[in-house]
Amino acid sequence: MNTINDIATIIDAMAGQLATLLEGTGRKDPAMVGIHTGGVWIAGLLHARLGISEPLGSLDISFYRDDFTRIGMNPVVKPSQLPFGIDDRHIILVDDVLHTGRTIRAALNELFDYGRPASIMLAALIERDGRELPIEANVVGRHIELRDDEHIKLTGPEPLALKILNTA
Amino acid sequence: MSAGNLQVDESGRLRHFLSISGLNRQLLTDILDTAESFSGVTDQTVKKVPLLRGKTIVNLFFEASTRTRTTFELAAKRLSADVLNINITQSSAIKGETLLDTLRNLEAMHVDMFVVRHADSGAAHFIASKVSPHISIINAGDGWHSHPTQALLDVFTIRRVKGPDFGRLRVAIVGDILHSRVARSQIHALNLLNTGEVRIVAPKTLIPTHAETLGVHVYHDLRAGIRDVDVIMMLRLQRERMQGAFIPSEHEYFELFGLTEKKLAGARPDVTVMHPGPINRGVEMDSEVADGARSVILEQVTHGIAVRMAVMSMAMRRKQGAPE
Repeated sequence: MNTINDIATIIDAMAGQLATLLEGTGRKDPAMVGIHTGGVWIAGLLHARLGISEPLGSLDISFYRDDFTRIGMNPVVKPSQLPFGIDDRHIILVDDVLHTGRTIRAALNELFDYGRPASIMLAALIERDGRELPIEANVVGRHIELRDDEHIKLTGPEPLALKILNTA
Repeated sequence: MSAGNLQVDESGRLRHFLSISGLNRQLLTDILDTAESFSGVTDQTVKKVPLLRGKTIVNLFFEASTRTRTTFELAAKRLSADVLNINITQSSAIKGETLLDTLRNLEAMHVDMFVVRHADSGAAHFIASKVSPHISIINAGDGWHSHPTQALLDVFTIRRVKGPDFGRLRVAIVGDILHSRVARSQIHALNLLNTGEVRIVAPKTLIPTHAETLGVHVYHDLRAGIRDVDVIMMLRLQRERMQGAFIPSEHEYFELFGLTEKKLAGARPDVTVMHPGPINRGVEMDSEVADGARSVILEQVTHGIAVRMAVMSMAMRRKQGAPE
């Protein structure tokens, strides 16, 4: 298992699960937000499949990271763009890989600085072990077992590809 | 040269921010890009980000300033830092021991950054060379030497209005070049961004003797100097720094070098007019121009906050060997 080639199929399945979840919880008219960079690519595909009327939002969580004083500023910070009101909105947050949970923590903090959403659910293309915070996704595309010295990376946007890298 | 070594660390990242001349184009562009990201913070309901939470920034102003101090303070607060404003009115030359004593006392209070304004050229460099390694210095204006964050917000504003290609731009800086730290920093920044042509326009008495070596074209006539330019950067007449007869009278200065709608007709139709503030209305420019459609003077003020957030956050990170 070194590459995953059926990303489109995985995203179809995620879209189906999200639609079922939205219907089951009675959450109407949701807005979708992807986390830079990979999360925005995945969110774009889910957004189209779910036919969400609001334009897609994007978050760059660099200003909310908890390791800023250790590693400093990411030289290329893309502006966050939320082209809709957050207040009382059902938000679907999308990221490519859910690992420690720290990125999601930062994204949640940033979202709340834009307003008070009605609810937030999380969709992740890949979920791996190694959570350091009590954060789980509502919808997961694929669960992957990786060793500590392994690292999964989404490249794209055209074509999207997942690669497992050894960082040892 | 030493400025460059002092303000950038061994991996080329910002350590202090003292002058434009020590930067390279990549770092300048990185600062402008980061400022672009920060400009979105004001769209948030909570207009701040937690980046510098728990850090203490001291605005150390040896010279009066309202706008610069206020925008630095607001920038620091939007980064969630704690801010202390200290105004020390002292016009004489750097009193080595006295200044160092002040610094040591503030260092003992465990601050992380000084934003320094001083009437003496080189004051920020001097302080940067003396402080403990974990403290960053930001130059908020030193004597006639430089005012680098003003120049940054100016080129940021030009980039916003005219796009990122400075090579096709003709820019005129008009007014008291001789006494202006803003002009020196603007010229450095514009040249670093490969601006097509930079002109300076002023009476002979307000132009430094070595002006051509700065990589600019010198004009002594306003109409000729602003002909076909894309951007006009007006400077404030530094009345408080003028001793003696640099200009015959303010009235005559306005007749010859004051910007009016009529004189503006010779520039490009889409010319942008800038001024660092505060404006001497009826001396450097007419109110009609200052408040007109081509003026971006208030946008400059807004951009000043984002640019200062960028510089502060980029300079503020764990320094090598400093306690975590």
